[in-house]
Parts: sequence; structure tokens; C-alpha cells
Amino acid sequence: MSEAGATKKFLYINRKAPYGTIYAWESLEVVLIGAAFEQDVSLLFMDDGVYQLIKGMDTKGIGMKNFSATYSALGDYDVNKIYVDQDALAERGLTLEDLQHLVWEDENEDWAEKDSIRLVSRDEIAGLLEEQDVIFNF
Amino acid sequence: MKFGIMVNEGPYTHQASDSAYFFTKAALDKGHEIFRVFFYHDGVQNGTDFTTPPQDDRNVVKRWSELAQEHDLDLVLCVAAAQRRGLVDEDEQKRHGKDGHNVAPGFRISGLGQLIEAGIQADRLVVFGD
Repeated sequence: MSEAGATKKFLYINRKAPYGTIYAWESLEVVLIGAAFEQDVSLLFMDDGVYQLIKGMDTKGIGMKNFSATYSALGDYDVNKIYVDQDALAERGLTLEDLQHLVWEDENEDWAEKDSIRLVSRDEIAGLLEEQDVIFNF
Repeated sequence: MKFGIMVNEGPYTHQASDSAYFFTKAALDKGHEIFRVFFYHDGVQNGTDFTTPPQDDRNVVKRWSELAQEHDLDLVLCVAAAQRRGLVDEDEQKRHGKDGHNVAPGFRISGLGQLIEAGIQADRLVVFGD
């Protein structure tokens, strides 16, 4: 990350429910491939996208592969800035406790486990968008 | 300015590909550079040579092919998205034992890394879709 000028800020916005359309899964595929490029990556979950992070997902009834576990692997790919629109959660009767506990290990602090999810207000989201170089909207 | 273009929806159902085409054409006409056009999700359907719209309608696929030939554009179909949706080039046809191949002239199949690279290399990445 110290190579000046080589790194851009990438934000992946996830706005749709995990199943029903393919956008959530194909967004994850971009995030996983993109991780190899060592950019400054953030994810933002807003609108129905907050449902993507719900814990205890069971997809048997709809015949779809359950990709919930992929979110918990993101920390291993150095994807550890996961922003969630707190108003979108509240509007859907959800709280942080309904979401998977996503963590990452900080190599600069003896691999201390840290939370990846940060709840943000819509004002904070505006600021987050402002500072990005590349925004994908899924 | 150097642009990257991303097209996320298929032709005819959605205006995304039309808008991306007109944006790309206008940018080129103004002397800008198009680093790459990357097709993702159902957007890969913009690259099938089997498209046969009615005579009195625009041919979205052919239009991209012609623009690519004219300006030496790099039109890339995401391989994972393409495989799911029946887009097959000659190599993929052999590998998967399919009856034919349908990637239109000017398009090529490649990986998602090409999209990330476009984000890194271009001054602006412009996304067309919902």
C-alpha cells in the first residue's frame, strides 16, 4: 500500500437482496478477483443490499448455492472496510446483531481480530462516495 | 480523458447498452480515449453474433462490432458471466465440446481482472446499468 500513486480507492456498492437476482453474487466475484490487485477496497451495503449480510441464511428452499460464507472470508483477502447503511438496516427492522460477525486480523497489531463492519449514516455515506476513485454499483 | 466503460445489462430489454454505445461514440468523436469496454452480468449478451433483430430495428451487437473495428476498441466479455449465459468463443467451444461459437467480431472473452485494470488505468470508469 506504500507505493505512492499506484493505489486507487475502489468502492463496491451492494444494493440488492442476495437472492432473486445475480447481482450480489457477481459483485462478490469482482471483489474477490479485485483483491489480487492490492487496491484500497471498501464495500458498502445499502437499500436491500443489507440483506446480503444476514446471518443464518438457508437457501435450500430456492435451490440456490448459499454464498453467505464468502462474506466471512473477505477479511482473508484484506477486504476489511465493510460499511453498512444504518438507516437501511433500521428501515427493515434489522440491527447489527442480525448480521454476520465479519472480522479481519491486523498484522500490524500481532494479528489482533478486528470488526470489519462499520455502521454509517447517510451523511457519512455521502463523504465516503466523495473520496472514491472508482465506484461499482451492484 | 481516458475512459473505461462497463455495461451491465443485456441488449433490447434494457437501454444500458444503447446509452453506453452513444456515450462511447460521443467520447471518441470528441477525441477522448476509450481504454476498454467491459461487459458484465447480462451485458455479455451484447456480444453474441447470433443476434438477429428485425430489419427495422437497430442491431446493437453489430453496432458495437463496427465501432470496435473503426476505432480499434477493446470489447471484453467477462468469462464467468459469459459461460453462465451461453457466450462461447472458439477456444471455449473446443474446451467444453459445444456445437458452435457465437462471439461477435471485435469482442473477446477474458477475466474480471480486465475490469479492475480498466478501473486502475482509466481516468473515469463509467458504469451503465441499474
